[in-house]
Amino acid sequence: MRRLAILVLSLLIAAVVLFLLLRLLPGDPANALLGVGATEQQIAAARAQLGSDQPLYAQFLGFVGNLARFDLGTSFVSRAAVLDEIGNRMSVTLPLTLLGFIVALIIAVPLGIVAAVRSTRWYGAAISVVSQLGIAIPVFWLGILLVTLFAINLRLLPSGGFPLKGWANFGEASTAMVLPVITISLVMAASLLRYVRAATLDVLGSDYIRTARALGVSFPEALIRHGMRNGAVPVVSILGIELASTFLGAVVIERVFSLPGLGSMLLLAIQQRDYPNVQGVLFVSTLMVLLIGFAADLLQRLIDPRLRDRTRTS
Amino acid sequence: MTTLDQIAAPNRRRRFGSLTLWAGIALVGIHIAVGLLTVVWSPYDPSGMTGGRLEAPSWLHWAGTDRLGRDFLTQIMIGSRIALIVGTGAAAIGAIIGVTLGLLAAFATKLLDDAFAATLDILIAFPTLLIAMLVVAAADTANLGSAIFALGIALSAIVARLTRILTKRVLLLDYITAARTSGTSWLGIVFRHILPNIWPTLSVSFALQFGLAAIAEASLSYLGLGAPPPNASWGRLLQEAQGTVYTAPIGAIAPGIALVSLVIGINLLADGLRDSVDPTRRAR
Repeated sequence: MRRLAILVLSLLIAAVVLFLLLRLLPGDPANALLGVGATEQQIAAARAQLGSDQPLYAQFLGFVGNLARFDLGTSFVSRAAVLDEIGNRMSVTLPLTLLGFIVALIIAVPLGIVAAVRSTRWYGAAISVVSQLGIAIPVFWLGILLVTLFAINLRLLPSGGFPLKGWANFGEASTAMVLPVITISLVMAASLLRYVRAATLDVLGSDYIRTARALGVSFPEALIRHGMRNGAVPVVSILGIELASTFLGAVVIERVFSLPGLGSMLLLAIQQRDYPNVQGVLFVSTLMVLLIGFAADLLQRLIDPRLRDRTRTS
Repeated sequence: MTTLDQIAAPNRRRRFGSLTLWAGIALVGIHIAVGLLTVVWSPYDPSGMTGGRLEAPSWLHWAGTDRLGRDFLTQIMIGSRIALIVGTGAAAIGAIIGVTLGLLAAFATKLLDDAFAATLDILIAFPTLLIAMLVVAAADTANLGSAIFALGIALSAIVARLTRILTKRVLLLDYITAARTSGTSWLGIVFRHILPNIWPTLSVSFALQFGLAAIAEASLSYLGLGAPPPNASWGRLLQEAQGTVYTAPIGAIAPGIALVSLVIGINLLADGLRDSVDPTRRAR
């Protein structure tokens, strides 16, 4: 309950900060909208229409009032409802991020455990070296390389784009997702792997594993029965951060594969000084970050009962 | 994030510690040498059209030419200089802001500190790149300075978080209590007791921030929000080459290799540095 209150409070603070941040940006949206040759009257008319001639507090009250009704305003440029646009874009970004995350987990968890348990063998070391390489590769370059290989040389998959009808055209939409998902999951797996490996190494050096082994429990059993829960706690909080930052970082990958997602919406909105859109995307993103953090917290408590007791006594 | 992990990760390669450090120094050293060289000399005029369009690598143009016939190797070499400037500048700005904020938070009242920690936890989840994008947008004009500033601001959240945690840990120790009871001012405590103690871990973190900044700068330039020409950023080179990847694949590969080699070099350097500055790790 206390966590929920903090969640709501953080969201309110985020709304205020976002609002102020965007109003402090130099550059007039009316100017950006009309171009260089606009007359004074045209600019004044555009300002009145956009509401950007109102005093700051009036704009803010309007913003918060609309938020309470789940209304994020309308775009300065396209005049479409921001929330609808975000919903459309979400249908690209959400599956992209979630699928990438799941594939990354499938790659990183087993490999990370192997890299820790067999850290002295050549393949254990090789996994660590490859992951070291992986965290040095920028996601957009990996994307370009994969496009060069799979789309241009092998002609197996599309190099980018997304069907206009979206997921209604399921076959085309899912093939368009393959390369972006692979790209995201590889980069994410490289950094996740390091956390899983570090957590497993911690567990391996712990007293309870040694005790369990001394009592005759086999090594795999000790690792699974006693190690998993303990190792999972720090990893889960990292998972939350990684998932959130991948969601927000999708802007680059969407550019590489020309996907109409939330990131490309933000990039365009920034370039066009479309405040309601920038504000809307950032607000929804912050909401996602907070929700993911909240979920990771709950999950940790579920895994480790000691965390539950600690908050109860405090 | 990467930073905390790499500091927290147990290091099992102590026998190769020095090798790691030297490999890192060598890789970064090559980039520094190339970057410095481009200040006084480059194979060709960076903006001169010295060959045909999109030529393949040859003895005249080792990495071929770009779509305007400019020598590609020259641009990649200048890219080293840009990446080093941005990395160093951003890491320095991030360090100054981050360490100051982190120290202040650690000394602040509980309520302020809690609020600060909660804010940082949210900020950390925002990728460096996204924060930098917004700062660049706010700066209105895209130039090298605004990119460095933006990345520095974005990195400062990571540094502040680390500084705060490290400082709070040191503050619990007995010799701080001793210093306090003997009347040392809090500034004295910061400079005489805290900074020297947290410096080793922080310096490793700064090296890693440099790598993060180099990648984020390339991404910014790739998105068209970085330094404008004639600053040949690797990100912009990759963005331009993506359109011609079918006819001239080298353009989409070479700048990436340059970037990755610099980042790996920095990461190795940080790893090696961590082993050599932290005696407890060396002994393990």
